[in-house]
Amino acid sequence: MKKIGKQTISLNNSPVITGWFSIVGPKEGEGPLNKYFDVVLEDSVFGEASWEKAESKLIQTSVEGAISKAGLSINDIDYIFAGDLLNQCTSSCFGLRALNISFFGIYGACSTMAESMLLSSVFVDGEYGENIVAATSSHFCSAERQFRFPLEYGGTRPETSQRTVTGSGAVVISKKGNGPKIKRVTPGKIVDLGIKDANNMGAAMAPAAADTLIAFLDDTGEDINSYDMILTGDLGKIGSDLLKEIILRNGYKTDKLYDCGLLIFDLESQDAHSGGSGCGCSASVLSGYIMQNLISKRIRKMLFIATGALMSPTTTQQGENIPGIAHLIEITCD
Amino acid sequence: MDYVRAFLVGGALCVIGQLLIDFTKLTPARILVIYVVSGTILTVLGLYQPLVEFAGCGATIPLTGFGYSLGKGVIEGIDKNGLLGVFSGGLAKTSAGIAAAVFFGFFVSLICKPKDKK
Amino acid sequence: MKKITTAQYKEMLDNITPGSSFLLKSLRAFLIGGAICMIAQFICNYLIGLNLSQNDASTFTSIIMILISAVLTGLNVYGKIAKFAGAGTLVPITGFANAVVSPAMEFKTEGYILGLGAKMFIIAGPVIVYGVLTSVICGFLLLIFRTVIG
Repeated sequence: MKKIGKQTISLNNSPVITGWFSIVGPKEGEGPLNKYFDVVLEDSVFGEASWEKAESKLIQTSVEGAISKAGLSINDIDYIFAGDLLNQCTSSCFGLRALNISFFGIYGACSTMAESMLLSSVFVDGEYGENIVAATSSHFCSAERQFRFPLEYGGTRPETSQRTVTGSGAVVISKKGNGPKIKRVTPGKIVDLGIKDANNMGAAMAPAAADTLIAFLDDTGEDINSYDMILTGDLGKIGSDLLKEIILRNGYKTDKLYDCGLLIFDLESQDAHSGGSGCGCSASVLSGYIMQNLISKRIRKMLFIATGALMSPTTTQQGENIPGIAHLIEITCD
Repeated sequence: MDYVRAFLVGGALCVIGQLLIDFTKLTPARILVIYVVSGTILTVLGLYQPLVEFAGCGATIPLTGFGYSLGKGVIEGIDKNGLLGVFSGGLAKTSAGIAAAVFFGFFVSLICKPKDKK
Repeated sequence: MKKITTAQYKEMLDNITPGSSFLLKSLRAFLIGGAICMIAQFICNYLIGLNLSQNDASTFTSIIMILISAVLTGLNVYGKIAKFAGAGTLVPITGFANAVVSPAMEFKTEGYILGLGAKMFIIAGPVIVYGVLTSVICGFLLLIFRTVIG
């Protein structure tokens, strides 16, 4: 039986992350993780006519980069799992249409990187493919015009809001090869604790992150302190504080909680309010900074929990709650 | 002296907006609607005119001033045209501002592009 | 995970939400908002000096302020001032102009009719809708009041 406990999957063949690539916009490039990204754009429009086209080019660049860094060619890739924040996931579809690879478009809001990696590793583990790409992207400008306001509008932004990261990350998950391994994965449940404020997504997603983390620990019996890093996707400052509080109430204490949204920006000097967000946030931090730490064995055992806020501008305007979701990937380096 | 009065009253009206943003869940769009609606009502009740006389642009430039024009327009419209003025008065008085926004907005949009915010 | 009710969660959230530095923000809004009104007053006085009537000068002032705001928005400057000024750039008529110009610029990529044309009033539209609505309702009440009294 590959399923352990209530919702965790044990991957007996331990799929390997053999290639990774990250690309970010100029503001992200000015942040503390600058030297870890493969590409930092000078101009976030990326030479394109629209922000949407720029985002498509981001994901195309990162997917091609990850494949080539894995030492593979496009023909070696069996499937791609990818998604993004734009309506109907067009960044992924448009960005990847030229590659001629079987494609699964997925949507998990900002949890998409973990969701795509989870599905890819399950596919590889089940021997349905040798090499599978997981990728996602987001772009501050395309997200602003879809979810918030025009770029030049002078509306104010509350302190609890987060900044969508311009960036993309892609990984190749393979049956064979060298690199960090994916041991177990936990698909998350949709959790709704009544948050309605679209300017406070971290608070909407924190309960989902806690739920998935605790489910994993319950299912596996692992000690939370055996991990070098427990990395959430984009909870930001407020969400991270809430996650700490929720798991403490459940009897777990750790100082190894990190968040991609807090790592990617220097909140004070970069005026990023509560931190970075968006699919590209966790994707670019994982495929850059984190992978390099795994390779150099500064991190040997970690949990990657990307979180998503499952809302649309329509549901928010209709006064609905913002449910959260979080998917977990256990990555080790032996 | 009229500059000081414009500065003080205009600034104060902006502070009210800022406090509404910080202490209520009101979005900027809702706050602007509140400003225009209250400006219109206060004008028709005769309460805004004294502020305009005191502060000049300090009262007419904030969006309550847009409401002031709507309200004043309706009053003048009724004086002139009775029932017809009820409908035509407000927009007649504000038409220059709206037309200017459309006109300049269109041509600026033709030339300029939005930029990423750093 | 132990069950947390929405009420308990709200309490947790309230405990950690940072207090807004409203004094500083209000001061900025006051200074920039006041300055915008003062500039408008300067323009208005200048126009009156050119022998325009108070009414015409006031209307022309609005048009000029809208022009300034539209140009600053087009040059990608208005948003930057707004970041500092908060409600100080939102409340004056320049904020209204910014709300008209910024979506027009933004949605030009979706075409001149359904993009620029249709989206131009996506933010400022409600101001006109509820403003006009209020003026007509007030007009009716005023007319009835005058008929009854008069």
